[in-house]
Amino acid sequence: MTFKRPDGRKLDEMRPMVAKIGVVPNADGSAMFTFGKTVAIAAVYGPRLLHPQHMQDPKAAILRVNYDLLSFSVADRKKPGPSRRSQEISKVTEWALSPALDLKEFPNTVIDVQIYILQANASTRVAGINAASMALAQAGIPMKDLVCAVSVGKMDKDLVLDVNDEEEHFEDGEGATDMATARLANSDKWTLLQLDGKIQPELYPKALSMADKAFAKIYEVQKKALKDVMEEEK
Amino acid sequence: MEKFNEKNNEETYEDFTGVAEPTSRTVVVPGEVIASGGDFLAGEGARKEGDDVVASRYGLAEKIGRVVKIIPFSGAFIPRRNNVVIGRVNDIVHSGWIIDIDYAQNGFLPLMESPRFVNKHEMDQFLAIGDVVAAKVWSVSPKGIDLAMKGKGLGKLEGGFVFRVNSSRVPRIIGREGSMINLIKEKTGCNVTIGQNGWVWVKGADIDSELRARRAIEFIAEKVLVSGLTEKMEKWFGENK
Repeated sequence: MTFKRPDGRKLDEMRPMVAKIGVVPNADGSAMFTFGKTVAIAAVYGPRLLHPQHMQDPKAAILRVNYDLLSFSVADRKKPGPSRRSQEISKVTEWALSPALDLKEFPNTVIDVQIYILQANASTRVAGINAASMALAQAGIPMKDLVCAVSVGKMDKDLVLDVNDEEEHFEDGEGATDMATARLANSDKWTLLQLDGKIQPELYPKALSMADKAFAKIYEVQKKALKDVMEEEK
Repeated sequence: MEKFNEKNNEETYEDFTGVAEPTSRTVVVPGEVIASGGDFLAGEGARKEGDDVVASRYGLAEKIGRVVKIIPFSGAFIPRRNNVVIGRVNDIVHSGWIIDIDYAQNGFLPLMESPRFVNKHEMDQFLAIGDVVAAKVWSVSPKGIDLAMKGKGLGKLEGGFVFRVNSSRVPRIIGREGSMINLIKEKTGCNVTIGQNGWVWVKGADIDSELRARRAIEFIAEKVLVSGLTEKMEKWFGENK
Protein backbone atom coordinates (compact mmCIF):
# COMPACT_ATOMS: atom_id res chain seq x y z
CA MET A 1 0.00 0.00 0.00
CA THR A 2 1.34 3.36 -0.88
CA PHE A 3 1.63 6.16 1.61
CA LYS A 4 -1.41 8.41 1.75
CA ARG A 5 -0.42 12.05 2.18
CA PRO A 6 -2.33 13.91 4.88
CA ASP A 7 -3.17 16.83 2.61
CA GLY A 8 -4.29 14.58 -0.26
CA ARG A 9 -1.41 15.40 -2.58
CA LYS A 10 0.03 12.87 -5.05
CA LEU A 11 3.44 11.51 -4.05
CA ASP A 12 5.23 13.68 -6.60
CA GLU A 13 3.09 16.75 -6.16
CA MET A 14 4.37 19.94 -4.56
CA ARG A 15 2.37 22.37 -2.47
CA PRO A 16 1.25 25.49 -4.35
CA MET A 17 4.13 27.91 -4.79
CA VAL A 18 4.03 31.70 -4.72
CA ALA A 19 7.00 33.88 -5.61
CA LYS A 20 7.32 37.64 -5.48
CA ILE A 21 10.25 40.02 -5.73
CA GLY A 22 10.92 43.45 -4.27
CA VAL A 23 9.19 42.77 -0.94
CA VAL A 24 11.75 44.70 1.17
CA PRO A 25 12.00 48.28 -0.15
CA ASN A 26 15.18 49.15 1.71
CA ALA A 27 17.20 46.16 0.41
CA ASP A 28 19.20 46.08 -2.82
CA GLY A 29 17.25 42.96 -3.77
CA SER A 30 14.54 40.97 -2.03
CA ALA A 31 12.10 38.15 -2.65
CA MET A 32 9.44 35.99 -1.04
CA PHE A 33 8.95 32.31 -1.79
CA THR A 34 6.28 30.01 -0.38
CA PHE A 35 5.64 26.27 -0.42
CA GLY A 36 2.04 26.04 0.81
CA LYS A 37 2.12 27.29 4.40
CA THR A 38 5.90 27.73 4.50
CA VAL A 39 6.75 31.39 3.83
CA ALA A 40 10.33 32.63 3.43
CA ILE A 41 11.57 36.12 2.64
CA ALA A 42 15.11 36.98 1.63
CA ALA A 43 16.80 40.38 1.49
CA VAL A 44 20.16 41.07 -0.12
CA TYR A 45 22.39 43.99 0.86
CA GLY A 46 25.60 44.90 -0.89
CA PRO A 47 28.26 44.52 -2.12
CA ARG A 48 29.33 46.59 0.90
CA LEU A 49 32.45 47.10 2.96
CA LEU A 50 33.35 44.12 5.14
CA HIS A 51 34.34 44.54 8.76
CA PRO A 52 36.32 43.08 10.50
CA GLN A 53 38.99 43.61 7.90
CA HIS A 54 40.70 40.24 8.43
CA MET A 55 37.62 38.54 6.97
CA GLN A 56 38.04 40.38 3.67
CA ASP A 57 39.05 38.43 0.59
CA PRO A 58 41.21 40.56 -1.71
CA LYS A 59 40.19 38.43 -4.71
CA ALA A 60 36.40 38.39 -4.41
CA ALA A 61 33.41 39.36 -2.36
CA ILE A 62 32.31 36.96 0.35
CA LEU A 63 28.75 35.75 0.78
CA ARG A 64 27.28 35.92 4.27
CA VAL A 65 23.92 34.29 4.85
CA ASN A 66 21.81 34.62 7.94
CA TYR A 67 18.83 32.30 8.21
CA ASP A 68 16.38 32.53 11.09
CA LEU A 69 12.89 31.53 12.07
CA LEU A 70 10.88 34.47 13.35
CA SER A 71 9.52 33.92 16.82
CA PHE A 72 5.90 33.67 15.63
CA SER A 73 6.62 31.33 12.71
CA VAL A 74 6.09 28.11 14.66
CA ALA A 75 3.35 26.82 16.98
CA ASP A 76 5.45 27.16 20.14
CA ARG A 77 7.17 30.56 20.25
CA LYS A 78 10.72 30.29 18.96
CA LYS A 79 13.22 32.07 21.14
CA PRO A 80 14.64 34.85 18.96
CA GLY A 81 18.28 34.96 18.02
CA PRO A 82 20.80 32.56 16.54
CA SER A 83 20.74 28.90 17.51
CA ARG A 84 22.71 25.79 16.67
CA ARG A 85 20.12 24.93 14.03
CA SER A 86 19.93 28.37 12.41
CA GLN A 87 23.72 28.67 12.22
CA GLU A 88 23.95 25.33 10.45
CA ILE A 89 21.25 26.23 7.98
CA SER A 90 22.85 29.62 7.31
CA LYS A 91 26.08 27.86 6.44
CA VAL A 92 24.56 25.21 4.14
CA THR A 93 22.52 27.92 2.42
CA GLU A 94 25.72 29.86 1.82
CA TRP A 95 27.28 26.77 0.26
CA ALA A 96 24.17 26.10 -1.81
CA LEU A 97 24.14 29.63 -3.24
CA SER A 98 27.79 30.49 -3.71
CA PRO A 99 28.46 28.17 -6.73
CA ALA A 100 25.87 30.22 -8.63
CA LEU A 101 27.54 33.56 -7.94
CA ASP A 102 30.40 35.32 -9.65
CA LEU A 103 31.92 37.56 -7.00
CA LYS A 104 35.32 38.40 -8.50
CA GLU A 105 34.15 41.86 -9.47
CA PHE A 106 33.86 43.05 -5.87
CA PRO A 107 37.06 42.38 -3.91
CA ASN A 108 37.17 43.06 -0.15
CA THR A 109 33.40 43.34 0.14
CA VAL A 110 30.55 41.32 1.56
CA ILE A 111 27.15 40.44 0.19
CA ASP A 112 24.69 39.95 3.01
CA VAL A 113 21.69 37.70 2.56
CA GLN A 114 19.08 37.73 5.30
CA ILE A 115 16.55 34.91 5.17
CA TYR A 116 13.61 35.03 7.51
CA ILE A 117 10.90 32.41 7.81
CA LEU A 118 7.58 34.12 8.44
CA GLN A 119 5.66 30.88 8.72
CA ALA A 120 7.20 27.43 9.08
CA ASN A 121 5.62 24.25 7.83
CA ALA A 122 8.71 22.13 7.05
CA SER A 123 11.03 22.61 4.04
CA THR A 124 11.96 26.06 5.29
CA ARG A 125 15.59 25.94 4.23
CA VAL A 126 14.74 25.10 0.62
CA ALA A 127 12.10 27.84 0.50
CA GLY A 128 14.78 30.18 1.85
CA ILE A 129 17.25 29.16 -0.87
CA ASN A 130 14.64 29.72 -3.59
CA ALA A 131 13.86 33.17 -2.21
CA ALA A 132 17.53 34.08 -1.77
CA SER A 133 18.43 33.11 -5.33
CA MET A 134 15.74 35.44 -6.67
CA ALA A 135 16.76 38.22 -4.30
CA LEU A 136 20.39 37.94 -5.42
CA ALA A 137 19.29 38.22 -9.04
CA GLN A 138 17.27 41.33 -8.24
CA ALA A 139 20.23 42.82 -6.40
CA GLY A 140 22.11 42.74 -9.71
CA ILE A 141 24.81 40.36 -8.48
CA PRO A 142 26.53 38.63 -11.45
CA MET A 143 25.28 35.03 -11.42
CA LYS A 144 25.90 31.91 -13.47
CA ASP A 145 22.40 30.64 -12.87
CA LEU A 146 19.44 30.70 -10.51
CA VAL A 147 19.34 28.09 -7.75
CA CYS A 148 16.30 25.87 -7.28
CA ALA A 149 15.73 23.87 -4.11
CA VAL A 150 13.19 21.32 -2.96
CA SER A 151 12.89 18.67 -0.28
CA VAL A 152 12.38 14.99 -1.02
CA GLY A 153 11.08 12.69 1.72
CA LYS A 154 10.56 9.02 2.32
CA MET A 155 7.45 8.01 4.22
CA ASP A 156 7.77 4.37 5.23
CA LYS A 157 8.75 2.94 1.82
CA ASP A 158 7.46 5.66 -0.52
CA LEU A 159 9.26 8.70 -1.85
CA VAL A 160 7.38 11.98 -1.60
CA LEU A 161 8.12 15.47 -2.88
CA ASP A 162 8.03 18.67 -0.80
CA VAL A 163 7.61 17.39 2.74
CA ASN A 164 5.20 19.25 5.03
CA ASP A 165 5.19 19.46 8.80
CA GLU A 166 2.77 16.60 9.41
CA GLU A 167 4.76 14.27 7.17
CA GLU A 168 7.99 15.24 8.82
CA HIS A 169 6.69 13.71 12.06
CA PHE A 170 5.38 10.52 10.43
CA GLU A 171 6.41 7.49 12.50
CA ASP A 172 4.85 4.32 11.04
CA GLY A 173 6.88 1.61 9.30
CA GLU A 174 10.34 2.81 8.39
CA GLY A 175 9.43 6.30 9.61
CA ALA A 176 10.08 9.64 7.97
CA THR A 177 13.21 10.67 6.10
CA ASP A 178 13.68 14.03 4.48
CA MET A 179 16.39 15.39 2.29
CA ALA A 180 16.94 19.02 1.27
CA THR A 181 18.26 19.30 -2.28
CA ALA A 182 19.34 22.23 -4.44
CA ARG A 183 20.70 22.49 -7.94
CA LEU A 184 21.67 25.16 -10.45
CA ALA A 185 18.63 25.60 -12.67
CA ASN A 186 20.20 25.00 -16.09
CA SER A 187 22.92 22.49 -15.30
CA ASP A 188 23.43 19.28 -13.36
CA LYS A 189 25.50 20.93 -10.64
CA TRP A 190 23.94 19.99 -7.29
CA THR A 191 24.70 22.43 -4.52
CA LEU A 192 22.87 20.90 -1.58
CA LEU A 193 22.09 17.33 -0.53
CA GLN A 194 21.32 17.15 3.16
CA LEU A 195 19.88 13.84 4.30
CA ASP A 196 18.05 13.54 7.58
CA GLY A 197 17.06 9.92 8.25
CA LYS A 198 17.69 6.73 6.33
CA ILE A 199 17.25 5.86 2.67
CA GLN A 200 18.16 2.74 0.64
CA PRO A 201 20.92 3.34 -1.92
CA GLU A 202 18.58 1.97 -4.66
CA LEU A 203 16.07 4.73 -3.90
CA TYR A 204 18.61 7.52 -4.09
CA PRO A 205 18.62 8.00 -7.91
CA LYS A 206 14.84 7.91 -7.89
CA ALA A 207 14.74 10.61 -5.20
CA LEU A 208 17.07 12.81 -7.23
CA SER A 209 15.07 12.43 -10.44
CA MET A 210 11.95 13.41 -8.49
CA ALA A 211 13.76 16.56 -7.35
CA ASP A 212 14.88 17.18 -10.93
CA LYS A 213 11.28 17.33 -12.11
CA ALA A 214 10.39 19.69 -9.27
CA PHE A 215 13.28 22.04 -10.13
CA ALA A 216 11.85 22.60 -13.61
CA LYS A 217 8.58 23.75 -12.05
CA ILE A 218 10.26 25.90 -9.38
CA TYR A 219 12.47 27.52 -12.00
CA GLU A 220 9.40 28.53 -14.02
CA VAL A 221 7.82 30.10 -10.91
CA GLN A 222 11.02 32.02 -10.10
CA LYS A 223 11.47 33.17 -13.68
CA LYS A 224 7.86 34.29 -13.94
CA ALA A 225 8.10 36.33 -10.73
CA LEU A 226 11.25 38.10 -11.94
CA LYS A 227 9.80 38.82 -15.37
CA ASP A 228 6.30 39.80 -14.22
CA VAL A 229 7.59 42.69 -12.13
CA MET A 230 8.95 44.27 -15.29
CA GLU A 231 5.69 43.73 -17.14
CA GLU A 232 3.72 45.35 -14.31
CA GLU A 233 5.86 48.45 -14.43
CA LYS A 234 5.07 48.94 -18.09
CA MET B 1 27.16 72.88 -15.03
CA GLU B 2 24.54 71.92 -17.58
CA LYS B 3 26.75 70.67 -20.34
CA PHE B 4 28.45 67.59 -18.94
CA ASN B 5 25.30 65.60 -18.38
CA GLU B 6 24.57 65.42 -22.04
CA LYS B 7 28.11 64.83 -23.18
CA ASN B 8 29.78 62.58 -20.68
CA ASN B 9 27.14 61.01 -18.51
CA GLU B 10 25.31 59.41 -21.37
CA GLU B 11 26.26 56.18 -23.03
CA THR B 12 24.60 56.27 -26.42
CA TYR B 13 23.93 53.29 -28.64
CA GLU B 14 26.20 54.75 -31.24
CA ASP B 15 29.14 54.78 -28.83
CA PHE B 16 28.59 51.15 -28.08
CA THR B 17 28.29 49.53 -31.47
CA GLY B 18 28.08 52.03 -34.23
CA VAL B 19 24.48 50.87 -34.76
CA ALA B 20 21.81 53.38 -33.85
CA GLU B 21 18.91 51.28 -32.52
CA PRO B 22 18.63 48.01 -30.61
CA THR B 23 16.97 45.29 -32.67
CA SER B 24 15.24 43.53 -29.77
CA ARG B 25 14.64 43.91 -26.04
CA THR B 26 13.62 41.17 -23.59
CA VAL B 27 13.68 40.70 -19.83
CA VAL B 28 16.14 37.95 -18.85
CA VAL B 29 17.16 36.19 -15.64
CA PRO B 30 20.70 34.93 -14.89
CA GLY B 31 21.53 31.68 -16.70
CA GLU B 32 19.04 32.24 -19.48
CA VAL B 33 20.25 31.79 -23.06
CA ILE B 34 19.68 35.09 -24.89
CA ALA B 35 21.02 34.23 -28.33
CA SER B 36 22.39 31.01 -29.75
CA GLY B 37 24.21 30.10 -32.90
CA GLY B 38 25.56 32.71 -35.26
CA ASP B 39 28.38 34.90 -34.14
CA PHE B 40 26.83 36.99 -31.38
CA LEU B 41 29.15 38.78 -29.01
CA ALA B 42 28.62 39.05 -25.28
CA GLY B 43 28.53 42.62 -23.99
CA GLU B 44 28.23 43.87 -20.44
CA GLY B 45 26.21 41.56 -18.17
CA ALA B 46 26.40 38.61 -20.56
CA ARG B 47 28.89 35.82 -21.23
CA LYS B 48 29.63 33.24 -23.89
CA GLU B 49 29.08 29.56 -23.28
CA GLY B 50 29.99 27.64 -26.42
CA ASP B 51 27.87 29.14 -29.18
CA ASP B 52 25.32 30.63 -26.80
CA VAL B 53 25.23 34.06 -25.23
CA VAL B 54 24.02 33.61 -21.66
CA ALA B 55 22.77 36.26 -19.23
CA SER B 56 24.88 36.86 -16.13
CA ARG B 57 22.56 39.43 -14.65
CA TYR B 58 18.89 40.16 -14.28
CA GLY B 59 17.73 42.96 -16.55
CA LEU B 60 16.75 43.97 -20.03
CA ALA B 61 18.73 42.17 -22.76
CA GLU B 62 19.36 44.25 -25.84
CA LYS B 63 20.59 42.94 -29.16
CA ILE B 64 22.31 45.73 -31.01
CA GLY B 65 23.68 44.33 -34.22
CA ARG B 66 25.85 41.40 -33.14
CA VAL B 67 26.36 42.56 -29.58
CA VAL B 68 24.11 41.42 -26.74
CA LYS B 69 24.23 43.42 -23.53
CA ILE B 70 22.13 43.62 -20.39
CA ILE B 71 20.80 46.80 -18.86
CA PRO B 72 20.12 46.18 -15.16
CA PHE B 73 16.98 47.51 -13.46
CA SER B 74 17.95 47.17 -9.86
CA GLY B 75 20.79 46.57 -7.49
CA ALA B 76 23.60 48.56 -5.93
CA PHE B 77 25.76 51.05 -7.84
CA ILE B 78 28.95 49.63 -9.37
CA PRO B 79 31.45 52.32 -10.39
CA ARG B 80 32.97 52.28 -13.87
CA ARG B 81 35.65 54.51 -15.35
CA ASN B 82 34.33 57.87 -16.54
CA ASN B 83 31.14 57.70 -14.47
CA VAL B 84 30.19 61.06 -13.06
CA VAL B 85 29.28 60.58 -9.42
CA ILE B 86 28.12 62.82 -6.61
CA GLY B 87 29.66 62.12 -3.23
CA ARG B 88 30.19 63.52 0.22
CA VAL B 89 33.56 64.29 1.80
CA ASN B 90 34.15 61.68 4.50
CA ASP B 91 37.65 62.48 5.62
CA ILE B 92 40.67 64.63 4.81
CA VAL B 93 44.05 62.92 4.54
CA HIS B 94 47.48 64.37 3.79
CA SER B 95 47.26 63.94 0.01
CA GLY B 96 43.58 64.42 -0.72
CA TRP B 97 39.99 63.81 0.27
CA ILE B 98 38.12 60.59 0.97
CA ILE B 99 34.72 60.72 -0.73
CA ASP B 100 31.73 58.55 0.08
CA ILE B 101 30.22 57.61 -3.30
CA ASP B 102 27.66 55.09 -2.07
CA TYR B 103 29.72 52.03 -2.90
CA ALA B 104 31.52 49.41 -0.81
CA GLN B 105 34.75 51.38 -1.20
CA ASN B 106 35.25 55.09 -0.76
CA GLY B 107 36.59 57.21 -3.58
CA PHE B 108 39.86 59.09 -3.29
CA LEU B 109 40.14 62.62 -4.64
CA PRO B 110 43.79 63.69 -4.85
CA LEU B 111 44.86 67.16 -3.75
CA MET B 112 46.13 67.77 -7.30
CA GLU B 113 42.57 67.70 -8.58
CA SER B 114 41.55 70.95 -6.96
CA PRO B 115 41.22 73.66 -9.61
CA ARG B 116 43.18 76.24 -7.62
CA PHE B 117 46.08 76.14 -5.19
CA VAL B 118 45.15 74.64 -1.84
CA ASN B 119 47.32 75.04 1.20
CA LYS B 120 48.09 71.55 2.52
CA HIS B 121 47.43 72.71 6.06
CA GLU B 122 44.10 74.27 5.25
CA MET B 123 42.52 71.71 2.95
CA ASP B 124 39.13 72.19 4.60
CA GLN B 125 39.08 75.72 3.20
CA PHE B 126 38.40 74.15 -0.18
CA LEU B 127 36.50 70.97 0.75
CA ALA B 128 35.45 70.34 4.33
CA ILE B 129 34.02 67.13 5.78
CA GLY B 130 30.37 66.93 4.77
CA ASP B 131 30.72 68.96 1.58
CA VAL B 132 29.14 67.51 -1.53
CA VAL B 133 31.11 67.22 -4.76
CA ALA B 134 30.52 66.10 -8.33
CA ALA B 135 33.51 64.11 -9.57
CA LYS B 136 34.43 61.68 -12.27
CA VAL B 137 35.69 58.13 -11.72
CA TRP B 138 39.26 58.17 -12.94
CA SER B 139 40.14 54.53 -12.23
CA VAL B 140 38.67 51.50 -10.50
CA SER B 141 41.22 49.03 -9.15
CA PRO B 142 41.33 46.53 -6.29
CA LYS B 143 43.33 49.15 -4.38
CA GLY B 144 40.59 51.71 -4.56
CA ILE B 145 38.65 54.16 -6.62
CA ASP B 146 40.39 57.31 -7.79
CA LEU B 147 38.35 60.36 -8.64
CA ALA B 148 39.03 63.33 -10.84
CA MET B 149 37.47 66.75 -10.59
CA LYS B 150 38.88 68.53 -13.61
CA GLY B 151 36.19 69.02 -16.19
CA LYS B 152 33.09 70.96 -16.94
CA GLY B 153 30.37 70.70 -14.33
CA LEU B 154 32.59 68.97 -11.79
CA GLY B 155 33.51 70.43 -8.44
CA LYS B 156 32.00 71.39 -5.14
CA LEU B 157 28.21 71.64 -5.16
CA GLU B 158 27.01 74.63 -3.17
CA GLY B 159 23.43 75.39 -2.20
CA GLY B 160 20.43 73.37 -3.29
CA PHE B 161 20.00 69.85 -1.95
CA VAL B 162 20.91 66.26 -2.71
CA PHE B 163 18.61 63.24 -2.76
CA ARG B 164 18.95 59.64 -3.90
CA VAL B 165 17.28 57.49 -6.54
CA ASN B 166 18.10 53.93 -7.58
CA SER B 167 21.30 54.08 -9.62
CA SER B 168 19.92 51.79 -12.34
CA ARG B 169 17.28 54.43 -13.13
CA VAL B 170 19.82 57.16 -13.89
CA PRO B 171 20.12 56.60 -17.68
CA ARG B 172 16.36 56.98 -17.99
CA ILE B 173 16.31 60.20 -15.97
CA ILE B 174 18.96 61.65 -18.24
CA GLY B 175 17.17 60.39 -21.36
CA ARG B 176 18.52 59.90 -24.83
CA GLU B 177 21.05 62.65 -25.55
CA GLY B 178 19.93 64.28 -22.29
CA SER B 179 16.39 64.92 -23.55
CA MET B 180 14.68 64.16 -20.24
CA ILE B 181 17.04 66.09 -18.00
CA ASN B 182 16.87 69.08 -20.32
CA LEU B 183 13.09 68.97 -20.16
CA ILE B 184 13.19 69.02 -16.35
CA LYS B 185 15.66 71.90 -16.30
CA GLU B 186 13.61 73.84 -18.79
CA LYS B 187 10.27 73.32 -17.01
CA THR B 188 11.49 73.99 -13.47
CA GLY B 189 14.28 76.44 -14.13
CA CYS B 190 16.47 74.41 -11.78
CA ASN B 191 20.05 73.39 -12.11
CA VAL B 192 20.22 69.58 -11.93
CA THR B 193 23.24 67.28 -11.75
CA ILE B 194 22.78 63.52 -11.68
CA GLY B 195 25.54 61.16 -10.60
CA GLN B 196 25.64 57.62 -11.95
CA ASN B 197 25.52 56.48 -8.32
CA GLY B 198 21.94 57.76 -8.10
CA TRP B 199 22.64 60.94 -6.15
CA VAL B 200 20.86 63.92 -7.60
CA TRP B 201 21.67 67.53 -6.83
CA VAL B 202 19.04 70.16 -7.47
CA LYS B 203 19.40 73.91 -7.13
CA GLY B 204 16.84 76.44 -8.20
CA ALA B 205 15.69 79.99 -7.58
CA ASP B 206 13.27 78.95 -4.83
CA ILE B 207 12.41 75.85 -2.82
CA ASP B 208 9.13 75.27 -4.67
CA SER B 209 10.79 74.82 -8.04
CA GLU B 210 13.47 72.62 -6.47
CA LEU B 211 10.81 70.35 -4.95
CA ARG B 212 8.96 70.23 -8.25
CA ALA B 213 12.14 69.06 -9.99
CA ARG B 214 12.59 66.43 -7.30
CA ARG B 215 9.04 65.16 -7.70
CA ALA B 216 9.53 64.95 -11.47
CA ILE B 217 12.74 62.94 -11.08
CA GLU B 218 11.19 60.59 -8.56
CA PHE B 219 8.23 60.12 -10.87
CA ILE B 220 10.55 59.07 -13.71
CA ALA B 221 12.50 56.74 -11.40
CA GLU B 222 9.25 54.93 -10.64
CA LYS B 223 8.10 54.66 -14.24
CA VAL B 224 11.38 53.60 -15.72
CA LEU B 225 10.03 51.08 -18.24
CA VAL B 226 7.27 53.19 -19.72
CA SER B 227 7.95 53.98 -23.35
CA GLY B 228 7.62 57.51 -24.70
CA LEU B 229 8.32 58.89 -21.26
CA THR B 230 9.52 62.27 -22.47
CA GLU B 231 6.06 62.97 -23.95
CA LYS B 232 4.41 61.74 -20.74
CA MET B 233 6.58 64.08 -18.72
CA GLU B 234 5.49 67.05 -20.86
CA LYS B 235 1.95 66.17 -19.79
CA TRP B 236 3.02 65.65 -16.16
CA PHE B 237 4.46 69.17 -16.04
CA GLY B 238 1.17 70.48 -17.38
CA GLU B 239 -0.77 68.73 -14.60
CA ASN B 240 1.66 69.43 -11.74
CA LYS B 241 2.18 73.15 -11.69
